[in-house]
Amino acid sequence: MQNTIQHTDIYAIALHHRFQWEEAQQCYVILFPEGMVKLNGGAGEVLKLVDGQRSVGEVVAALQATFPDVPDIEKDILAMFDLALGKAWLRKLN
Amino acid sequence: MAQQNNGVAANVTHTQPLWLLAEVTYRCPLHCAFCYNPTDYDKHTQNELSTEQWIQALRDARKLGALQLGISGGEPLLRDDIEDIVVEAKKLGYYSNLITSGVGLTEKRIQAFKEGGLDHIQLSMHDITEEINNFITNTRTFELKKKVAAMIKNHGYPMVLNVVIHRYNIGHIKEILEMAEALGADYVELANTQYYGWSLVNRSQLMPSKEQIDHAEKITNEFRAKVGNKMKIFFVVPDYFAERPKKCMNGWGEVFMIVTANGDVLPCHSARVLPNMQFPNVRDKGLEWAWKDSPAFNKYRGDSWMKAPCRTCPEKDNDLAGCRCQAFLLTGDAESADPVCSLSPNHHIIEKAIEDAKNPQLQAQPIVFRTDKNSKKIIAGELQERVADFHALP
Repeated sequence: MQNTIQHTDIYAIALHHRFQWEEAQQCYVILFPEGMVKLNGGAGEVLKLVDGQRSVGEVVAALQATFPDVPDIEKDILAMFDLALGKAWLRKLN
Repeated sequence: MAQQNNGVAANVTHTQPLWLLAEVTYRCPLHCAFCYNPTDYDKHTQNELSTEQWIQALRDARKLGALQLGISGGEPLLRDDIEDIVVEAKKLGYYSNLITSGVGLTEKRIQAFKEGGLDHIQLSMHDITEEINNFITNTRTFELKKKVAAMIKNHGYPMVLNVVIHRYNIGHIKEILEMAEALGADYVELANTQYYGWSLVNRSQLMPSKEQIDHAEKITNEFRAKVGNKMKIFFVVPDYFAERPKKCMNGWGEVFMIVTANGDVLPCHSARVLPNMQFPNVRDKGLEWAWKDSPAFNKYRGDSWMKAPCRTCPEKDNDLAGCRCQAFLLTGDAESADPVCSLSPNHHIIEKAIEDAKNPQLQAQPIVFRTDKNSKKIIAGELQERVADFHALP
């Protein structure tokens, strides 16, 4: 991992970025100046919960509850946070 | 089933016009020597779409999957309904971008754009010196652009600067980047001139040398390493100096759609130069038909239209044979390989253009600025010596 992500961290979508569901594409996207990224299902589920309120720990707990059958989901979620931070899609609030 | 053309149709390739460029007017207060707008734009300044027609186009494109909206021109701010277009774009869920020279951007208008939900503003800048800014745009706009940059920042917008690079400013890349950093730019596009429209007519006057471009790229890379994520810098590599052509528009009718001032629907900025093509207009059968079914949009989808050497080239998927407009303008055959490719039998045309740009006599020819008067002259068949080499009016 490139970034140190703590369970108590609170993130929001970065300034000038927009996260939204796209009906035509049937996926979540991130939009920003001069670019866009279509997110796969897992990434969309994580970023949907990144709302500037929930901590990383709460995001993990919520997704563990939603997807109880996915083994080691926490690792995938933290990897997603790491990727999103590396791409500057997120900003840290605390 | 959409119409089959070369065996490929939109609903087979699952294309979507993710990027919609609305060239809302060809009128412009600037006269940039490198403008990519058609040199005969004066023919297309009548019959601009109405506000209602633009709003309908935005709605239809959104249904087709369009997400990123560029509001461009000409100078879009010459229309007084950009505020209405912005509000509709927000309502529809576009990520909207006003692409402007800054002329006409007032406190009142930027306030309205902010309230209406415009997402960002891309401002064109030209140089660190007033002389070159004013020379290349043929206007006195240097001080104004700096004021507009500050206004954009003050309103909490991400600042996206676009700087077209040519012989007159390529030596100032470091200073341009420093200026961008000082202005608080979040994104900087160093767009090396591509030779279409007015820039093709002025090619020998604008083209820098390979050495200058390599040096500019080196400085850009060093600067990028220094500023990191704080300011994202894009360096658009000029295709004349590349071994292989660009994958133009990421493929014909693949992700990009332009609606021009008069409602013509194009797969790329300069497609109107191509012969025997009838481009759809939003006034006719609407955008869904234009994108999915019109013969023009299907014409160069897929690869069955390609000729040798592209047809059997192992690299054809990387670049899709390059740019159709460049191929036609320079070789007279729209289906031939983009002559930029070193494997093209016509590559000598590019080599000659690069040599011509070193020729002091050609360099010294006057620049043909983008003006209504020059556009009328070109339409009337004047300035032949500047367009005779090309197979269509650029």
